Amino acid sequence: MEGADSKPVKVRGRQCCICDKRRAALKRPKTLEQICRECFYEVFEEEIHQVIVQNQLFKPGERIAIGASGGKDSTVLAYVLSELNRRHNYGLDLFLLSVDEGITGYRDDSLETVKRNEIQYRLPLKIVSYKDLYGWTMDEIVKMIGLKNNCTFCGVFRRQALDRGAALLKVDKLATGHNADDIAETVLLNILRGDIARLSRCTSIVTGEDGPIPRCKPFKYTYEKEIVMYAYFKRLDYFSTECIYSPNAYRGFAREFIKDLERMRPRAILDIIQSGEDFRISTSTKMPEQGTCERCGYISSQKWCKACVLLEGLNRGLPKLGIGRSRGLNNDHTKGAKESNGTKSFESKQCGTLDF
Amino acid sequence: MACNASSCQSNCHRSDEQVQEEEVDSSTNSITGNDNKNQNVCAKCKFNESISGCGGEDGRFCADCFRGNLYGKFRLAVTSNAMICPTDNVLVAFSGGPSSRVALQFVHEMQDKSQKNFEANRDRSLPVFGVGVAFIDESAFFPAPCLEIDKVIQDIRLIVSGLGPPRKELHVVPIENIYSSNSINGRDRLKILLDAVSDATGKEDLLLHLRMLSLQKIASEKGFNRLVLGSCTSRIACHVISATVKGQGYSMPADIQHVDARWEIPVVLPLRDCLAQELYRLCHLDGLKTVELHKGPHSGINGLVSSFVTLLQEENPSRECTIVRTAGKLTPFHFNRIPEKNDSNITLATQRRQKRYNLKPNESISSVTFCPICNSPLNQSDLLRWSKLGNFQTSSDSFDAACCSSCRFQILPKDSSLMEHFSKGLPLPMVARAKQSSYSNLCLLR
Repeated sequence: MEGADSKPVKVRGRQCCICDKRRAALKRPKTLEQICRECFYEVFEEEIHQVIVQNQLFKPGERIAIGASGGKDSTVLAYVLSELNRRHNYGLDLFLLSVDEGITGYRDDSLETVKRNEIQYRLPLKIVSYKDLYGWTMDEIVKMIGLKNNCTFCGVFRRQALDRGAALLKVDKLATGHNADDIAETVLLNILRGDIARLSRCTSIVTGEDGPIPRCKPFKYTYEKEIVMYAYFKRLDYFSTECIYSPNAYRGFAREFIKDLERMRPRAILDIIQSGEDFRISTSTKMPEQGTCERCGYISSQKWCKACVLLEGLNRGLPKLGIGRSRGLNNDHTKGAKESNGTKSFESKQCGTLDF
Repeated sequence: MACNASSCQSNCHRSDEQVQEEEVDSSTNSITGNDNKNQNVCAKCKFNESISGCGGEDGRFCADCFRGNLYGKFRLAVTSNAMICPTDNVLVAFSGGPSSRVALQFVHEMQDKSQKNFEANRDRSLPVFGVGVAFIDESAFFPAPCLEIDKVIQDIRLIVSGLGPPRKELHVVPIENIYSSNSINGRDRLKILLDAVSDATGKEDLLLHLRMLSLQKIASEKGFNRLVLGSCTSRIACHVISATVKGQGYSMPADIQHVDARWEIPVVLPLRDCLAQELYRLCHLDGLKTVELHKGPHSGINGLVSSFVTLLQEENPSRECTIVRTAGKLTPFHFNRIPEKNDSNITLATQRRQKRYNLKPNESISSVTFCPICNSPLNQSDLLRWSKLGNFQTSSDSFDAACCSSCRFQILPKDSSLMEHFSKGLPLPMVARAKQSSYSNLCLLR
């Protein structure tokens, strides 16, 4: 996740265009309005509150796990949900849920951040690790297969680990920190990769409602730049180093494009999400059917879920099992496209339903 | 490869064994491309030398097979979507660029073959479709030296007259002809309209919409019943991303199908499955002359999208096809097909020739409301805006409500005085469309 790449510019002599009293402290990325700090807090939190209420994301008495990686999105999400829960009496029991991938020098540091958040926000923290669930750390996996394709394992394992951790906590829902930029990027990537099945649901604010634990995205309409600003002004403690094993090439193309778009027309991000919601998928298009994995019971459209296939490959010393170009020259095959897309391909799946 | 695959599937329904064999051979050669030890021999006919230069898919064929492949895609698109019938009169929009140049050439070749068949046939049962050419002079938008414009028009006249019989009428029309009044007044009104739009992308899109109005007007006045555009896969891929970025996800499928009959004169895209790179190469191989007009830098979102898609295409040569195929899976609208003409005049021979097997079954046609500026179908959230406006205070308010959210944001002026200028500069079809929307929506409210 990105850190604060640019400090907000304080414009002297200009009044906040909302309250018209205090001095403007920033130009709001979403609307380009000059507003003061207090009004920024208010509109930022109020918009998220409206998203939660209008989409009925939570019900009183529910137990909610917040996917916490230590990065800016999950840190701000934990802080804002705590605030709104207290202010508007949602009546929720909130938990922090982290995944330890076992990446030395990266994940252990970010988890230290989450542990501090646990104390600061007074939210119970649960950590699940790849080592406990699968017997392998990412360090060991990378040693086995090298840097190429390691994101395939990490993405598949992480999403299942989150679900297993949520089940252990016995929560009703899992909230993730995917923001508007992430979702817009996912819409574009699914068009670029020809993934029509995922295109039809990557804009849903709640996914996996037919599964054991639904996931929701309260930051669906919140801009990444505003999350950074909010964390900066509130002096929130978050971790901002990128994953050391993650190749950036493909993600960079789409990400760079989104940033250029935002610079040119800030509302383009919301427009992309709107388009994603408006797409009408033909019912004759084949959608993968959901079932359960024979081996671990996880949701899967195949006999074995992806995690079990990859795990079997690792345990048998055949790590390429479940990866690769089994169809040779067919570069357009969805599976092949996934492998070559690096990180974002599997980060995109976090916006989708629980199927592989 | 993806294009070949889809072609092969379509051809499986046809009884023409030779074409089927050719496509199968093509697919087979594609699969075993890496095993081809004769690097300089055409992958298809194994006889002629393959096209030299950059590698990739294009370089595997010889010149004849390459152009045959492209023409095959063109002809398949025309026949399987019933784009051109023997009784039709077709207007080809020609901008001078490679895509429309190939479209013009292929339409001419198809007409030429029909003419020869007509003359050779004893009973003369199949007439030959007519072809005209239209060039829109957009110097009102992009001021250029008069000499340059005259040179371009002269070159275009030479290209059209060089096509050979049957003769094709060329219509060179300035874009300000969308106004009924004289040219000077039209140009002034166009300038007023253009100055009222502040967004660079909005200006570009407005030009596109006005160009289509202009083409429709020519076709309608001169008696054409089909409008052929040279839009290729690459152009459509850019449009898919562009429309998505502008929030037009609902209406975008309407723009990318082979047929678009929401207009008075149905618009067809016979080169929809061909890449820009392929068309450019064909122009080079066959010596097809093109004309280039310098229209200034693309500083808006459309330019950014174009750069993005070009970058991706360089990284993966299948990217543009993938984008168009993905968008092609979205549900098209009921007007994305040639309207059925229950005309008893059509002879049995003509009906036998038409192969409408690719046309999707007719879905329930609901009344569709269109944006007056871009003519895009409006979705539910756009229509809901009508009920919120209890009474229309000014005509500007009703026009504003009739537009889609994308046009409202990037084309309609925010300032009320500029809006007045904009309203005065609007061409009649857009005003009429807004009134039509207003009337039909008021009916829905009751």
